[in-house]
Amino acid sequence: MKNNPLRFVYAVPYAVWMLLFVLAPIAVIVYYSFFDLSGNLTLGNYRNFFSSIYFKLTMSSFWYAFLITFFSLLISYPTAYFLTKTKHKRLWLLLIIIPSWINLLLKTYAFIGLMGLYGPINGFLETIGIGSQQILFTDFSFVFVSVYIFIPFMILPIFNSLDKINPTLLDASKDLGASSWVTFKRVVWPMTIDGVKSGVQVVFIPALSLFMITRLIAGNKVITLGTAIEQQFLVTQNWGMGSTIAVFLIIFMFLIMLLTSGKEKGASANGKTK
Amino acid sequence: MKGLVSSAATILLVSFVLLFINLQLENKHGRVGKDTITVYNWGEYIDPELLKQFEEQEGIKVIYETFDSNEGMMGKIEQGGTSYDISVPSEYAVQMMEQKDLLLPLDFDKIPNIKNIDPYFMNLAFDPQNKYSIPYFWGTLGIAYNPSLLDGQTFESWESLWDASLRQKVILVDSAREVLGVALNSFGYSLNSTSLQELKEATDKLETMGPNVKAVIGDEVTQLMINNEASVALTWSGQAADMISENEDIDYIVPEEGSNLWFDNIVIPRTATNIEGAYKFINFMLDPEVAAQNAEYVGYSTPNVKALSFMDEEITEDERFYPDEEAREHLEVYKNLGLETLGVYNELFLKFKMGLR
Amino acid sequence: MGKLSSLPRIYLALVFVVLYAPIFYLIYYSFNSGGGMSNFESFTLEYYQAVFQDTRLLIIVMNTIIIALLSALLSTTIGVIGALAIYFMKNKSMRQTVLSLNNILIVSPDVIIGASFLILFTLIGVKLGFASVLISHIAFSIPIVVIMVLPKLLEMSTSLVDAALDLGASRRDVLTRVVLPYIKPGIFAGFFLALTYSLDDFAVTFFVTGNGFSTLSVEIYSMARTGITLTINALSGLIFVITMVLVLGYYIIGNKTKSPNQGVKR
Repeated sequence: MKNNPLRFVYAVPYAVWMLLFVLAPIAVIVYYSFFDLSGNLTLGNYRNFFSSIYFKLTMSSFWYAFLITFFSLLISYPTAYFLTKTKHKRLWLLLIIIPSWINLLLKTYAFIGLMGLYGPINGFLETIGIGSQQILFTDFSFVFVSVYIFIPFMILPIFNSLDKINPTLLDASKDLGASSWVTFKRVVWPMTIDGVKSGVQVVFIPALSLFMITRLIAGNKVITLGTAIEQQFLVTQNWGMGSTIAVFLIIFMFLIMLLTSGKEKGASANGKTK
Repeated sequence: MKGLVSSAATILLVSFVLLFINLQLENKHGRVGKDTITVYNWGEYIDPELLKQFEEQEGIKVIYETFDSNEGMMGKIEQGGTSYDISVPSEYAVQMMEQKDLLLPLDFDKIPNIKNIDPYFMNLAFDPQNKYSIPYFWGTLGIAYNPSLLDGQTFESWESLWDASLRQKVILVDSAREVLGVALNSFGYSLNSTSLQELKEATDKLETMGPNVKAVIGDEVTQLMINNEASVALTWSGQAADMISENEDIDYIVPEEGSNLWFDNIVIPRTATNIEGAYKFINFMLDPEVAAQNAEYVGYSTPNVKALSFMDEEITEDERFYPDEEAREHLEVYKNLGLETLGVYNELFLKFKMGLR
Repeated sequence: MGKLSSLPRIYLALVFVVLYAPIFYLIYYSFNSGGGMSNFESFTLEYYQAVFQDTRLLIIVMNTIIIALLSALLSTTIGVIGALAIYFMKNKSMRQTVLSLNNILIVSPDVIIGASFLILFTLIGVKLGFASVLISHIAFSIPIVVIMVLPKLLEMSTSLVDAALDLGASRRDVLTRVVLPYIKPGIFAGFFLALTYSLDDFAVTFFVTGNGFSTLSVEIYSMARTGITLTINALSGLIFVITMVLVLGYYIIGNKTKSPNQGVKR
């Protein structure tokens, strides 16, 4: 398979896509980030980004993205694990994805109703004696609904990597006297690390730029970088500043990718031992 | 591999079947006629029956497209690529579009029904002589509240929003000029203030409202108020009307210090290709009976004075939605402040939102 | 595999209840004669009737489904190609860079994607409408496919490929007989998530659509100002039920004929 100059010919559609829809837009965004409102060349947008307000925004975006990713993983891993043990696992997996095909805005409105003071959740809390709570417009509701949105994206890659684990491997581990925890730590987890990494990438990265939910569910008490960019582009129409924030978002993403790729060697080595 | 290929084939087959059904539907629906106009409007902002009536009456097919924000709509029209013949921007957006040269001047000879519009709503600052726009609906900004959830408390003034009794109860709209406007109005400053000093005072005062703020949201407020989920909201009259029609406990007032008077306006964007059709459409919409039917469907206040006699008196005599001229004296229409100042408003508003807990 | 004990069962049941709660909430109120998503007054089917009377809405629904299916299919194809290309890259830092670039569309807020695609389309003169929306949906779904497929490729042992080659299999055979079957779960995952991306997208579609072409999301979002009608709830309910029937039907039929690919798996 080596030394063939036409080796990558098949990759042309992907390369064209990357050129037109990734590299070209980035170039445009970087270009815009150097202009102010009246079209003068400036570094002011970058200076502005490091002002306290955007720095604070970045910090809080990262914090919430971390929370969302953490809870998504916490809920998805066992779900994916148990799903692989069910009889009709493919069907169940599909049933995890189907809810995400119903329009998000509609589901969000449904959540507003469900979490409302007179909604079913508070009705339940009332009957078990806890009493009705303000659920909407809190950190809890924001993280909850975000996790709801991202869960299928976390479950799928984890499921796929769990599904491939040969059960005899687990039996072998058990026969050798390993406890379930040790089996999980030494055998299962390393073999699923690639799936987990994919899941983390497709949750953490978009969570940084969540919008809409921040308004509808968190009542703008949580603001993310995505919301800020949205505002700059649509409301303030300051494309320069919006682009600058976007440039930083892309830089953050590269950093995250760099961080999560650190372990790649170990993981694929583990995969090979199979 | 076989599985993959057959799955792909199935998907393609299904898509083409659907495509075929769709073409049949479109033929039946008559979307592919010769004489068409494209109307670009907010969702649910016209009675669809009227579109049918217009199509039958004039023999022009209407393609109806929707947008959810002035800015998004402007972006699309500015970039081109589609031929919108009619659009319905808010007043400040009319001014922006005019500055960007996105509008065609109107020829009143082709719109005889223009005489039906209340002269009070003509020739306003955002579009002198109505060179480019004709008001479609109008309204105010005020406080919607539910006394049954507030021990019977009522509102007359913006100041009441700072009441200690309203802790974690006030809902604000997610829009910089409206929210800063509350504080500006409460000081008696203009809603179009560009003075940094005044804006700073306003923001400082706004920050003290922080503990009262339950959420800063958009259109969802209607549902929350109807469900008794929220008791006080800063909102536009159109939405207040929606709330009241669903929940009779709710009331709406325009505070005595003054407030904003807003307009959505019909314009012909530069992208128009069927200008004659656009004029026919505008003239049709200004017909008193048509305007009356439309106003009853949408539930907003119509500037068409002749239409009022075709409408339910209960609606047209409601001072909350059709304030008399004296009451309107305290109201102010937004001017386009320029992007620089708009940026200042939004930055201050962002700071305010970041301080909420 | 073994049966689940009761604790995992309860856990899974709970997850499913939460996942489906908002959908059942929507459907429940689609029968509300009261007209809103609260205070259930009395049972009515008027919104379901309204769905079938509204030809414009039906056309939009069809458009939405066609775009979703085609874009998911094409983005899956290109995404698999991309994942293979990344997999075969020898240079590690190059691979890392391409992968990072791949993810940019996932991190970019929709407004930026929408606005920049619009600029692109008007520059190269693509007529706004079906084609531009389809191309955009393909474009923003590709990265998710790559991310779903790549881990499957990475965990596939290279010895598998080498062995096949040693046994005299052509490269094409290796691809179709060894690699693709192995990464199939990843391909399906990518396809389904691409569907999700397409069905959910509002902002990008809004910017790149035109000439009367619309999708359900655009329609629903622009209704927000004056209030979303229960017709949309009824429509979503119908779509949901039809999807469920199709999925279950497909699964049952697929199981009966005992598809041959089941055997490939182990």
